[in-house]
Amino acid sequence: MKETYILTTSPHIHNAESIPRVMYSVVIALIPAVLVSIYYFGVSALIIYLISIASCLVFEAAAQKVMGRPITIGDGSIMITAILLAMNIPSTSPWWLVVVGALVAVVLGKQIYGGLGHNPFNPVLVARILLLISFPVQMTAWVEPVPLFSGVDSVSMATPLGDMKTTLMLKGLIDTSHFSYMDTFIGFVGGSLGETSVLALLVGGIFLLARRVITWHVPATYIGTVFALTGVFWLIDPTKYANPVFHILSGGLMLGALFMATDMVTSPVYPRGMLIFGIGCGIITVLIRLFGGYPEGVAFSILLMNAATPLIDRYTTPKKFGSIVLDEAAK
Amino acid sequence: MASDTIKTYRFRGGVHPPEEKLTKSIPVRTMPMPDKVFIPLSQHLGAPAKPIVSPGDRVTVGTKIADAGGFVSAPVHSSISGVVKGIVDYPHPAGRNLPAVEIEGDGTDQRDGAVKPRSNPMDLDPGQIKEIIREAGLVGMGGATFPTHVKLSPPEGKPIDTLIINGAECEPYLTADHRLMLDAPDHIVTGAELMGKILGVRRIIIAVEKNKMDAVAALKKAVLGGDTAVVALAVKYPQGAEKQLIKALLDRSVPSGGLPMDVKVVVQNVGTANAVYEAVAENRPLVSRYCSVTGPGIKNPANLVLRIGTPVSKVIEYCGGLTQDVRKVILGGPMMGIAVWDFSVPVMKGTSGILALTEEYLDENREGPCLRCGNCVRVCPMGLTPLMFARHTQLGAFDRAEEFNVMDCIECGCCAYECPAHIPLVHLAKYAKAEIQARRRKAQG
Repeated sequence: MKETYILTTSPHIHNAESIPRVMYSVVIALIPAVLVSIYYFGVSALIIYLISIASCLVFEAAAQKVMGRPITIGDGSIMITAILLAMNIPSTSPWWLVVVGALVAVVLGKQIYGGLGHNPFNPVLVARILLLISFPVQMTAWVEPVPLFSGVDSVSMATPLGDMKTTLMLKGLIDTSHFSYMDTFIGFVGGSLGETSVLALLVGGIFLLARRVITWHVPATYIGTVFALTGVFWLIDPTKYANPVFHILSGGLMLGALFMATDMVTSPVYPRGMLIFGIGCGIITVLIRLFGGYPEGVAFSILLMNAATPLIDRYTTPKKFGSIVLDEAAK
Repeated sequence: MASDTIKTYRFRGGVHPPEEKLTKSIPVRTMPMPDKVFIPLSQHLGAPAKPIVSPGDRVTVGTKIADAGGFVSAPVHSSISGVVKGIVDYPHPAGRNLPAVEIEGDGTDQRDGAVKPRSNPMDLDPGQIKEIIREAGLVGMGGATFPTHVKLSPPEGKPIDTLIINGAECEPYLTADHRLMLDAPDHIVTGAELMGKILGVRRIIIAVEKNKMDAVAALKKAVLGGDTAVVALAVKYPQGAEKQLIKALLDRSVPSGGLPMDVKVVVQNVGTANAVYEAVAENRPLVSRYCSVTGPGIKNPANLVLRIGTPVSKVIEYCGGLTQDVRKVILGGPMMGIAVWDFSVPVMKGTSGILALTEEYLDENREGPCLRCGNCVRVCPMGLTPLMFARHTQLGAFDRAEEFNVMDCIECGCCAYECPAHIPLVHLAKYAKAEIQARRRKAQG
């Protein structure tokens, strides 16, 4: 008989889950949207993904080395950050924009707080907002998507939300007549790399729901709130406010609701809190889209709700078993 | 009452680990009498028993060798015939040496002369039955080992209306209760009725998980009438945890910090019911039990009748030994059992299984940072937030851990089983509970 036995506490068995499995599930779920973006935005998109992945890996490893923490670049979490970062910037982004974004996301967004699991804000959205405020020109240099191998040169164009906001400011009315629902649904529309194809994002989101990596609470309440609120305004004045279907199909809502508001680390941990979080994200997104200075509010809304997460958790802690009075128990 | 008429309910949380009931179809064998036993004086919750034998005393099977050390305690009996060698400090599953009575067998397996069957057990009055149970050293045989007579003595003002006999056996691997229900359903039913008589309840529910329908059928056959029902429950761990079982059967929630009797219920394990029958009808004290010796690391897995005090090493040897790649040997099931390293530890009244796990079945992942995924919260059958009390325990903030209700934790292991970061949540809960209890004792002076 061998004389070395393990003596750890119960339970002695574990299911198959691990941090890398959770993380790589998200990576897999992002692949459809990545492929669609490369199809529509071409080689430049591919290069942005590669720069983002390379610089995120380097910054993560370097930060962990400097901070004396174990290097965990293999756990998959940095791959999610890298892919989402690329998805959150335009296909025309210069290489340095990607590198600065990676530096901000990895170091300022994640590692200075203690690394995975400790960051209060979604690192990618911290980077997106910082880039948007610092480099507004580069961050809004949208081009029309051009299917790969079609041989057509891409031309610049506004996103549907940006177009709507500009028209509203210039003419006092909106005009969504040239807007194709089918194009936005499949991703044939201007925007950040990964946010345009609702279909590809939904496929990934359904995979994550099936894998139980995310739950329905945040995406359903977030998208539902945006739909309901924009629907109310549309009913009040359809000449000034776009219809709710337009709102849920455009901008970064799908990407945000399925992949960023659902980030476990920065969103509420209890189901009731997730509902509040989703509704909060929805309200802030609609307020920014309809009344704010920016055409899109998904990133701001999620970051603001990230800040509220500890408070939400505190007030939504579930009731423990048996927290009832004795008389009721002995019915 | 037919079982079909009983509505069952769901308890929140829970997990579905692979059942791995390798030994469910293997009939029980009786392991030959060991030449030596070490019978611990602490085999139950409560005060250790007080030895009443001295070195050199002759004992037979069933001779009382130690008496209860208080009301919450239980006597201990010799499981073999032979000579008392002494009261020795002997390895105990608790992890240190504790007093045990060492008895060297004479190979004759002679029974105590006082052991004569009673022909009319149901005619005894409740007080007599309870006294027999107490004298026979009965404790909860599901693993908690709470002295049975104490559970059968609810204080005045705590009326009991239902006795639940727990045959859920929700732990993976273990099949001892399953085999017992197949072998002795009539004994279990009679044992249950005897306890029902003590408690003055008419309604008895025998609860079995649906993965043991043969046991359900056997028990149904053994039920002769009255208000005894056999109920098949959903397969979900921890279906056999007392509070969850009561919730599933009666939709009653035992209050936090309370006991089943607070909702008019007493729960006893099927093994205990069988032991009650043996004590009362056959006049046999608790000296042996059914035990599953199982797992991928046991050469010949088996269900055995083991004498209390048999060293685990002898049992493993009898089952062909361990395979080369065994990394962990566990007393009990994989979700709540205790890992042991010294296999000379004895089989006790609460030892429902001896489980040997090999590398591939064990969780050897390194602990990572909490992702706040909420799995622990979703699966906690007690409605707790393990991530929160674990975090505070890691920081040494035990008062904060207490605010997150760590004292309500039943240590079922669902949270740690599901945690993708492999945080030892149960370990932290046990640590916090021990620390908080120590502080409470200190505060009381």
